[in-house]
Parts: sequence; structure tokens; C-alpha cells
Amino acid sequence: MREIESYTMNFGPQHPAAHGVLRLVLEMDGEVIYKADPHVGLLHRGTEKLAESKPYNQSIGYMDRLDYVSMMCNEHGYVMAIEKLLGLSVPIRAQYIRVLFDEATRILNHLMWLGAHGLDIGAMTMFLYCFREREDLMDAYEAVSGTRMHATYYRPGGVYRDLPLQMPQYKPSKWRNEKEVARLNEARRGSLLDFMWDFTERFPERIDEYETLLTDNRIWKQRTVNIGVVTPEEAMALGFTGPMLRGSGVEWDLRKKQPYEVYDQVKFDIPVGVNGDCYDRYLVRMEEMRQSNLIMRQCIEWLRDNPGPVMADDHKIVPPEREEMKDDMEALIHHFKLFTEGYTVPEGEAYAAVEAPKGEFGVYMISDGANKPFRVKVRAPGFAHIAAMDFMVRGHMLADVVAVIGTMDIVFGEIDR
Amino acid sequence: MSAHGLTDMSMIRNWSKTLLLTELRSGLAVTLRNMLRPKVTVRYPEEKTPQSPRFRGLHAQRRYPNGEERCIACKLCEAVCPALAITIESDMRDDGTRRTTRYDIDLFKCIYCGFCEEACPVDAIVETRIHEYHMENRGENIMTKDKLLAVGDRYEAMIAADKAADSQYR
Repeated sequence: MREIESYTMNFGPQHPAAHGVLRLVLEMDGEVIYKADPHVGLLHRGTEKLAESKPYNQSIGYMDRLDYVSMMCNEHGYVMAIEKLLGLSVPIRAQYIRVLFDEATRILNHLMWLGAHGLDIGAMTMFLYCFREREDLMDAYEAVSGTRMHATYYRPGGVYRDLPLQMPQYKPSKWRNEKEVARLNEARRGSLLDFMWDFTERFPERIDEYETLLTDNRIWKQRTVNIGVVTPEEAMALGFTGPMLRGSGVEWDLRKKQPYEVYDQVKFDIPVGVNGDCYDRYLVRMEEMRQSNLIMRQCIEWLRDNPGPVMADDHKIVPPEREEMKDDMEALIHHFKLFTEGYTVPEGEAYAAVEAPKGEFGVYMISDGANKPFRVKVRAPGFAHIAAMDFMVRGHMLADVVAVIGTMDIVFGEIDR
Repeated sequence: MSAHGLTDMSMIRNWSKTLLLTELRSGLAVTLRNMLRPKVTVRYPEEKTPQSPRFRGLHAQRRYPNGEERCIACKLCEAVCPALAITIESDMRDDGTRRTTRYDIDLFKCIYCGFCEEACPVDAIVETRIHEYHMENRGENIMTKDKLLAVGDRYEAMIAADKAADSQYR
């Protein structure tokens, strides 16, 4: 009988642990992998090309849909590139709002990651606990932008609307009496800032709970310690960013290294790992959530004390407010011009990058002076990470592939764009 | 010192922790605590979670209090729609005013970004907080002018309240 040396296995794209539409072609020797070939492109929607055919502002909504678990960070990278080309400055309050929501987004993303990563390698309950906390931040998203996910909230020149002073309330129903509803509404009595403040009060305790469940758990450690080890040099050579790079011990964070918005005004630390394995990356992300919580608190405190405009005052770029638009002929003309053909951006090119939850999310934009970009290139952190798939899983068992996919925090929206 | 760089005492401690399943027990304690906490889920659809007045759901067209439709066919929404979901045709009405003869929104194309509402100079097209709708037949995804106006007529009180609540921020 002929001996079978290796066989090829198709992992995904419909595999539940494939985080969407990852197709991996694995060459295996028994349970051991000696080649992994990730196939990308199944979620390709041509966002970059699409952006070339629309006025600048109209693509903001499509940026949400790139990395669809860290929506506002993607918008942030895009609007920052436009602002760079325009030389537009953003009011300080809008900068704080952006930082506040970037960090809320980071927590949202890491919670999603934690839940999915846990679920993938056998910690089912984590998913439920993470979604409980996500719900609060989703409500914050909805209160500020009107949608729970695809916000379209950041605009070149600031953010669309100021934070609401009231939160929507639970109403009594046949399942809940007044008293129970009052308990549910306790955090919702004040403004959105009070609601988010209440969240930041509760959240560190919740992280402790997650850590009680996972950090010392022997099953968790068996599945993550020494899996997918990447040394600092390898991590840099592979183009890793974000927690993937910091998990290997490289202290690199755009929020510190090239601060944008008001990140130089807030205090926070960058956690780094030591061994560069899945476990260290887990610890890094857990600590990042705590740090994001701290940043959110600092932003909320500042925003409470400092009212002000949230949009730049340049009506050649930013549409006028509605009341002004309805009274003033010139404002109405601006309104019509901006909503039909948009604004033109001076010729040039710009690269703007934000520290998205997954790593460096950058937008490289070339303008030829028209009202739509000549070229938009999105630098998605996940793409560099998934390119290292072969490197990270080689020599590991099949079950470890799932742990590595989890630790990469893969979202196909941004990889395939 | 043992081979792993641990003192004998800490080795014994680690070993006893492993044997006594301490970390698994404390994990189970978390689960037990959460079992006794009040539930965070709601009994949809009898009970619903709160919705922001800014919520962007199903579209509607509004009328003025005298019953006249607001839309004047300026086509700003059509121009600004990133998904090209809006199609408008306009003509002069018998009384000499400019109105739409066709106003279609394709709900399958729409990405619910809210730009149409932002663009509308007369607050005619709005996105309501209705998010529970469905289609049964092919073609029902097109919200025609009549359908949009019908939604607007039916929910005018709610729409007006939502827009009033949010007007100070826009």
C-alpha cells in the first residue's frame, strides 16, 4: 500500500472559526501543519475604487464597513487624510470626542475579539459576558450617531453632531414593572457622558471577571501559551502593528509615537508582552482595555467642563447648520454646493494613520484637485497579520490554527476591502 | 532552586493549586455570581431596548401640517446618496409648483448613512426609528413615493418628536 505523506485540507470559508470568509488551504502531515495558504478576497467590495467615484464625504460610510467591528477608527483614518490635504484644523472639543469614541471603539473591538477568541478555543461563556458590555457601548454609538454600528459620525472638520444631553429610556412593559425599569434607567438619567462615565466605573470590574475566567485557567493557557510565537525582529519584519507587535515586546503605538488629535494630552500606558505568543497578546489586549477605559474617563471629564463647537467653521467644506441654512441665502448656496458636488481638495498626497484596535490603520490619498479622490489606498493592519499566517502556524497542530486566527483578530472587511 | 527557576515552596504552591483546581473553582464562582445577577436580556418584542431619537431606520416622507407634501424635487438627496439608492423624476404640477412624479428608494441599496436627511433643505425625507419591516415579494424593496408618504403620515407624531429632540444639535 502506498503511504500517504501529507494531505491538503480546506479550512473555510464556511468554517465557524474562520471569522468570516477566510479560506485556508492547509498542507498537513497527520495533525501537524507544514504549510498554510490563506486565500483572501472573498469579501472584496472594491471600497478603494468606489471612493474614487464619489465626492469625499460620501465614502465615510463605506469606511465603517471596512473593519466592521472598529467602525469609528476607520472613519477617523479617512477623515484625517482629507483634513491633512485640506489643511483643516479640528475644534478641540471634536478632537476629544474623537478620542473618546476611538477608545470606546477599541473596547468594542477587543470585547468582540475576546468573545470570539474565547468561543473558538473553548471558553463559551466569554462571548455572552463580552456582549453584555458591548451593548452599553453600542447604545453610546446609537445615542451619538443614530446607528449601533455603521456610524458615519466623523466628518472632515470635526464630528457631525454634539453629544446628546439625554439618553433614551427603558419603558415599562408587561414584563417589567416601574421599579425594574427604574433600575435599568439608572445609568440613563443624565447625558450620554454620564452614561459612558457609568460604564467606565463598572467596566474594570468586568475585566477582572474576564481575567478570573481566563488568565489562570489551565485550559486557556494550554491553548495559548507558546502558540504562534513571534520574536520582536520577526514581528517587525512581518509588518505587524498594534497588539500583534506589542505582544512580541516592541513598544510601538501611534498614539504615543506620533500623537494625533489629543492623545498627547491624556495619560495612558502601552502594555507590551514578553514572549510573543497568543497568551501574551491576550494579556496585552486585556490591559489595553483598561488603558482605554482610563482614556475614556479623562476625555469625559474634559468634555463635561468644556462645551464648544464640534465642527470647523469653514462653510466651503463643512455644511452650515440647519437653522442658518434655512434663513440665510448664502448658507443655502453653500448647503446646495456641498451636498451636490462636495468640496474640492488641493492637489497633493497625504498619508494619515490611526492606531486602530487591530494596529495601524492608514489611508493614503492622492488628490488631483477634483471633488473626489484620485486614489485612495487603505492600509489595513489585518492584511499584514494574515500574511504571516503560514509563518505562525507552521509546525503547530490543526487546533492551534484556530487559536492563531483568533489572536490575529482577523476581520475580513478590512483585509479584503 | 529547581530546574524551572522556581523555589521549592512556589513549586509546591503551584502544584497544590493545580491539584485543587483553584482557578477553575474561582471561574465557576464568577459563573455562579452571574447566574444570581438580574438578567440583562429583554423579552423582545413585548419589551424593547431604548432607541435614540437619532436612530436611522426606514425612510419616510413628511408633509406640512396643511397636508401639502414637503418634497420640492430639488434632488439633493439623489445627488448625495452614496449608494445611488434614490431615483427622482420631477414635473410641474397643475398649480405650477415643482413636485416629484417619482421618488423611489431602493432599500436593498440603501446603506442608512442618513445623508439624504442631512441634505434635505425642507426636512421632507427622514429616516425614522422604524427598524422592524420586511418584504415578502420581489420589488417590495422599492419604497415608492406613495409608500414613503404613507409611512410619514402614519408616524408623523413620532417623527416630529424625534426631529424636535435632535434639532438643537444639528
